[in-house]
Amino acid sequence: MAGTAVSPGYRVARWGYLAFCIAAFVFLIAPILVLVPLSFNAEPYFTFTEGMLRFDPEAYSLRWYRSVFDGDEWTRPLLNSLIIGISATVVATVLGAAAALGLAHPAMPGRKIVTALLISPMITPVIIAGVGMFFFYSNLGLAQTHIGIILAHAVFGAPFVVITVSATLAGFDWTVMRAAANLGANPLVAFRRVQLPLILPGVISGALFAFAASFDELVIVLFMGGLEQRTLPRQMWSGIREEISPTILAVATFLIVFALLALSTVEWLRRRGAAGGQRAG
Amino acid sequence: MTSRESSSVSQPVPRPLWRRALGPRLRAAGLALPLVAFVSVTFLGPMLSLLTKSFHDPEVADALPETMAALRGWDGQETPPDEAFAAVAREFVAARTERNLGRTANRVNRVASGMRSVIMGSSREMVEAQAAAEAAGAATDGAFWRETMIAIDTRWGGPEPWRALEAAGQRFTARHYLKALDFERGPDGGYVRAPEVWRIYVPLFWRTFLVSLGVTLLCLVIGYPVAHMIANSPPKRANVLLLLVLLPFWTSLLVRTTSWIVLLQNQGIVNDFLVAIGLIGDDGRIAMIYNMTGTFVAMTHVLLPFLVLPLYSVMRAIPPAYMNAAVSLGATPFQALRRVYWPQTLPGVGAGCLLTFILAIGYYITPALVGGQSGQLISNMIAYHVQTSLNWGLAAALAALLLGGVTLLYVVYDRLVGIDRIGLG
Repeated sequence: MAGTAVSPGYRVARWGYLAFCIAAFVFLIAPILVLVPLSFNAEPYFTFTEGMLRFDPEAYSLRWYRSVFDGDEWTRPLLNSLIIGISATVVATVLGAAAALGLAHPAMPGRKIVTALLISPMITPVIIAGVGMFFFYSNLGLAQTHIGIILAHAVFGAPFVVITVSATLAGFDWTVMRAAANLGANPLVAFRRVQLPLILPGVISGALFAFAASFDELVIVLFMGGLEQRTLPRQMWSGIREEISPTILAVATFLIVFALLALSTVEWLRRRGAAGGQRAG
Repeated sequence: MTSRESSSVSQPVPRPLWRRALGPRLRAAGLALPLVAFVSVTFLGPMLSLLTKSFHDPEVADALPETMAALRGWDGQETPPDEAFAAVAREFVAARTERNLGRTANRVNRVASGMRSVIMGSSREMVEAQAAAEAAGAATDGAFWRETMIAIDTRWGGPEPWRALEAAGQRFTARHYLKALDFERGPDGGYVRAPEVWRIYVPLFWRTFLVSLGVTLLCLVIGYPVAHMIANSPPKRANVLLLLVLLPFWTSLLVRTTSWIVLLQNQGIVNDFLVAIGLIGDDGRIAMIYNMTGTFVAMTHVLLPFLVLPLYSVMRAIPPAYMNAAVSLGATPFQALRRVYWPQTLPGVGAGCLLTFILAIGYYITPALVGGQSGQLISNMIAYHVQTSLNWGLAAALAALLLGGVTLLYVVYDRLVGIDRIGLG
């Protein structure tokens, strides 16, 4: 890298740096990847059997994937997670995108304090918010209902939408909107034809963040959910604490694939958004 | 609304100035309003009820109103007047017959331990005494109850149980906070610091602080070179490396915790591997999980992306020319790193560390699953009081203290970075 004579000390440091970084990347990714082959274990163990290490096809099986769909032990929670996640995402996305449009407007009064308020659910430790919500929602009779958990997850998800949509609006030239109005477009048409295409990548990323946050949320569900509100994380929680069965590895693999898909979509949108931004600017 | 007017080009009369000035402001505010209202109800509401619960505790006062009224003028010495005996007897006997005295007794017991058995034991005999007196046609006035109650349990002849009742009957109280800071009621009813072996919460706050600090520093040590490598790789490779950071970031917390259990448990992969290569014997497997080590490793793994991503975005903006200039001016690479590169990354270091630290001090799920006994943090204690001991006032006070600490950190964050600039990496 450096253009000067390379001292031995520098070379050692350079190798040390490389080795350290590789170790760090292994630390980040290996624990996640290791679950995938283990989920195909033919035996009810959580380690690699000798057969697996010899790549003996007999040692691999789909039995844990079949057992995910046996009975409703995992399918019910999956359904609950989807119902709660999608409802919370819709609420968070609609409210969040509208708020981001308002916040980005140059005439928005009290922008800083409003932003701080809207972001606050995301940056408050969930344990604190969870205790408060448990008291508050119990008083309203919303504990142990889907509605209560959906409202809680929506308020945690909305900040993600506000942030991602705001990012797509950074540097937006508001005189364009006035130009559209001058050309006879009413505000709704102007929004649909000018702003919506611009913010759409941000809206979709924000919605994905909000959905992922709800899909992975456990503290609120533990405090407020009853048997009827068992979600996927809740079922994994009892799976880990009570009787850990390799079925959990199959579920985990499914969640890793979900993470990979969500992440690729957001990255793709971000790049598209960045490219669009460059074109607009 | 005003859309037609504003879009119309051939508007003959200009709109009044106040409308032109207010219109856009109102429209912008109107767009933000639904979410502001939603957050106020579904989030600020709960935060308010958390704070209220931490100092407002009306249950005993509502259950024993006459007793509280009778105790109002009492000076706290010896025993209260006869009316207090009569009132407490009436209310105990009534609550006992309706079978809801237990809740009240539990509440009083939290103020002074031992009171549950005093109340439950005495009230059972008081019901019998009342029945016997009524059968005999004797009067059940204050003097009768004073004599009867002291005969049932001599402690009623001293001030302690009365002081406990009086303290538990305060609607607005600091006792949850005092308890959360390890103060306890002394013999005279005042609050003193608990003896060192009995202190639970302050050491736990302290441990949470230290663990969070340790995890943050560990994340910084690991994350700094990682972010540097991503920021200084050619775009294609940088994207792949970034993916290795983003995948853990997006993967469910439960999945990551499960994998640490699979890796680190006694019969887990790491121990199996160490045994297989002969580094440790089969009987010398290392306990790496269900203790503080487990909490530390799993939390570092979970929080590392939160430090790498802000560091990366700061480092990406640093032109390599500065380092090259420093080196060609005669600095060794280490001097250049320390004097030129590191200072430029400080904003990212500060922001990333603060965010990681704030996330760490509120962590609950990971320590609960992999921390065992020794790896529990303050959030686990809060959850315990919400779900198991049902001491909600104390849970609220602990959470409120934690909230105070977090808010303080955000004020610092706001000064350093600006609270409205929190990004998603």
